[in-house]
Amino acid sequence: MPFWRRESATPFLLLTPAMLTMAFVVVFPLVFSMYTSFTGFRLTKPASLYDWVGFRNYARILSDPEFWIPFGRTVLFLTVVLNVEFLLGLGIALLINRITWGQRTLRTIMMFPMMFSPILVGFMFKFLFNDNIGIVNNALQSLGLSDGAIPWLVDGKLAFFSIAIAEVWMSTSVFAILLLAGLFAMPRDPLEAAKVDGCNAWQTFRHITLPFLMPFAYIAMAIRSLDVARAYDIVTVMTDGGPAGRTEILWTLIGRVGYDNSRMGMANAMAYVSTILSILFTWYFYRKLVAARRYMGGAQ
Amino acid sequence: MAEITLEKVVKKYGAVNVVHGIDLTIAHEEFVVLVGPSGCGKSTTLRMIAGLEDISGGIVRIGERVVNDLPPRKRNISMVFQNYALYPHMNVRENLGFGLKIAGEAPDSITKRVDEAADILGLTPLLDRTPAELSGGQRQRVAMGRAIVRRPEVFLFDEPLSNLDAKLRGQMRAEIKKLHQKVRTTVVYVTHDQVEAMTLADRIVVMKDGRIEQVGTPMEVFNHPRSTFVATFIGSPPMNLLPATIDGGAVRLADGTVVPVPERLRAFTRDGQKVTLGIRPDDISPVGHGLSQDGPGAEVGMVAELAEPLGMESLIYTRLAGQEVLAKLYGPRIVQPGEALIFRMALDRAHLFDAETGLSVRAD
Repeated sequence: MPFWRRESATPFLLLTPAMLTMAFVVVFPLVFSMYTSFTGFRLTKPASLYDWVGFRNYARILSDPEFWIPFGRTVLFLTVVLNVEFLLGLGIALLINRITWGQRTLRTIMMFPMMFSPILVGFMFKFLFNDNIGIVNNALQSLGLSDGAIPWLVDGKLAFFSIAIAEVWMSTSVFAILLLAGLFAMPRDPLEAAKVDGCNAWQTFRHITLPFLMPFAYIAMAIRSLDVARAYDIVTVMTDGGPAGRTEILWTLIGRVGYDNSRMGMANAMAYVSTILSILFTWYFYRKLVAARRYMGGAQ
Repeated sequence: MAEITLEKVVKKYGAVNVVHGIDLTIAHEEFVVLVGPSGCGKSTTLRMIAGLEDISGGIVRIGERVVNDLPPRKRNISMVFQNYALYPHMNVRENLGFGLKIAGEAPDSITKRVDEAADILGLTPLLDRTPAELSGGQRQRVAMGRAIVRRPEVFLFDEPLSNLDAKLRGQMRAEIKKLHQKVRTTVVYVTHDQVEAMTLADRIVVMKDGRIEQVGTPMEVFNHPRSTFVATFIGSPPMNLLPATIDGGAVRLADGTVVPVPERLRAFTRDGQKVTLGIRPDDISPVGHGLSQDGPGAEVGMVAELAEPLGMESLIYTRLAGQEVLAKLYGPRIVQPGEALIFRMALDRAHLFDAETGLSVRAD
């Protein structure tokens, strides 16, 4: 009897289509990109695909400030954006939680920014912050708060700030929604116990509500850290990494190296290093989440 | 001194009145149990004393102070909740010390008082665990520890034992009683379980539909129920209630059975009055198998329909005047269904209620 007719072969036969799909869609690109990161592959010279250079790409990246500065900027961007989104989302969730009428409508409205494509959000903020025709400068000047045009997207620091605002506007609701879900799930008893135990409103929030909400915040942070670490579209649209590379972050850099400069081997090496960053962030928040869930099991 | 006074206390939710102006004074160091079926307003009343519920009308005093508008933290009370309400992210030690920490107590004083409370409640080996790692009974004990560690003037208990299994409930009941003897404090305790009310209380407050039905010591409430509601709510199994008429100095039941009017109630009845005869199962027993053999009584023949042997006694389901009646047989004797027996009613322990108002004929 041929081996494929044996009963023990059936599971493997049945799994073969799925396995093949996975191999083509995931495993092969992964292995291939990993391989190219060890070559001097340039998109314009297909023959360079066989130009094995060992760890040269990695060695160059690790000693190159052209890579490390965007890397650090991405970490900074992540930190700023996640914290601001957390604080704003927490505030919004707490406010919406107190509303008794129209809560559903507000929850829906709150999610609108998430429904826009990041590219469109980028364009919108690019125009808002435009130094000549943007509404931000217009408003500041009309109110007499500024007498000149502020170069929002031209000055390096302000541009970073403007991009962060766009990112925060678009995604704060991820935090708001998850934290609101946390508030809905929160048992009332410990809050009352805290009141009887002598807490005022702030102490109740600080010692009871906030620790209860943290697992929800960690979920939001894990999702958002992946999201922000691969930020590309908003930045490309608003500043394209400029001025003079002052808003260059990891993926705009990788895109430039890979497609504009055609150095795909180098770009893939950068991408693998960047992936480690994402994994680290996710792992960190996931650990926090697991720890928090362990004690939250005793909420009831 | 932590006397609690409620004067015409009202609670409304919108147009719905849940507590209808109750008056109650709880003495210093007294253990008062509010008992009643669900929805009778007992928990709401407790929560108004705690300050977790706004008071819609009337005055609540703790000691000399009117506390109507004080937040809970300024009332010097502590409370044990039905679901324990422990802080899930803190270990037992932190849970116990949290109130003291918020009050700004020095760390070594907190440690000392937490250790003391843990010692009283046998929590010392559990101090480093989180609530998730505790059993129901242990969580209950932590909740109690959290209450005593602050040495408040008043303890409030909101159905603290209703989430425990029967055996543990019995144990914890005894522990609460012991605790009150050790830490003399005013206690207000809410339960729907009449056994807890009977065993724990110095005084029982029976509530129904947002009103106080009767206030008294457990024995007063048991022996002299003011109404048919109290009569059936306190005592298990509940008192038998039989509709009857007073006829020539006797009580005539619906089927014509006649028993004499209990001596002590004679002065309160008049001929032709429609009444309800109330008698506890413990006071109807087959002749020779009752609690008391002497004193005034009446003998009635009835057929046992069902018997539940409980060891030293049996509960007998029988029928009188077309109505199911519960009786008790003391002593280890098996009763067969269908067995005809002569039952003796201990009339000196029977009650008469006015059929219309449901109040005891000797209503004070």
